[in-house]
Amino acid sequence: MSEGPRAIVAAHGDLAEGLVSAVSRVAGAAAASRLMPFSNATLGGAELVDALRQAVSSTGAQVVFTDLPAGSCTVAARRIARESAGLAVVCGANLPMLLSFVMASSGGPETWRTAVQKGQAAMCVAEEGVRAD
Amino acid sequence: MPIEAYRIDDRLVHGQVVVGWGQPLALGFIVLVDDQVAESAWEQDLYRMGVPPEMHVHFESVAGALARLPAYRLLPSPGLLLAGSTATMRALVEGDPAITHVHVGGLHHRAGRSPRLRYVFLDAAEEADLRAIGARGVKVSAQDVPGADPVPLDDLLTRSGG
Repeated sequence: MSEGPRAIVAAHGDLAEGLVSAVSRVAGAAAASRLMPFSNATLGGAELVDALRQAVSSTGAQVVFTDLPAGSCTVAARRIARESAGLAVVCGANLPMLLSFVMASSGGPETWRTAVQKGQAAMCVAEEGVRAD
Repeated sequence: MPIEAYRIDDRLVHGQVVVGWGQPLALGFIVLVDDQVAESAWEQDLYRMGVPPEMHVHFESVAGALARLPAYRLLPSPGLLLAGSTATMRALVEGDPAITHVHVGGLHHRAGRSPRLRYVFLDAAEEADLRAIGARGVKVSAQDVPGADPVPLDDLLTRSGG
């Protein structure tokens, strides 16, 4: 049974929807329901903060995953975190990171810290087919 | 080096600026002109975050920018000036005749604004500011990213689509 979103995924364009859709395909709809996708499309700086604050408030999310450190979603999330005790912002979200987060049995700081480790560890380069020259 | 671009963007420093324009123009610095941000160390830290270390961000009030723009133009690397509103850019243009081109990179949806482009929404005062900038002989266009075709001011103001 779904317990509602634990986190917001805030990103450019349709990326957040895509990431949450991918989580659903890999881990199932119940796991994906722990994430609320959020797009910055068409919103100015102040309006973005208002909309994201509403999303955080309505879900009780403790963490906002964002895509780009210099991006408007990250700037907005950090503004809200400054005024909201207990809200964390994690930049550089990717699919392994979000899968780790939703598959954890509970929320809390260890959950997103572990998710960051998983997301970082999953990044690799495979160059078996690349010639040395 | 000249300041390569004078941009109006209500998100100020964000992905399109740092990555979209920063990399192709090899920007060495950004001059962010905003009277409130110029007085807040926390705001400045926020906008500095995520900007690569080789790209410097200078925070200026309108008055400070007008005083120091000639010096910024002498810096050895290309730069971009960023203003969060049409009113700020209008004040800069009126105070500095060396500004010859301005682009609207993003003025997004909010109450009272009408859609012109997907990334440009304007109210009457903002339209008046842009017309006043253009009337001084400054080339004004809308362009979110370098690869997009610039939309000239006259064309922009006749559009009604988001």
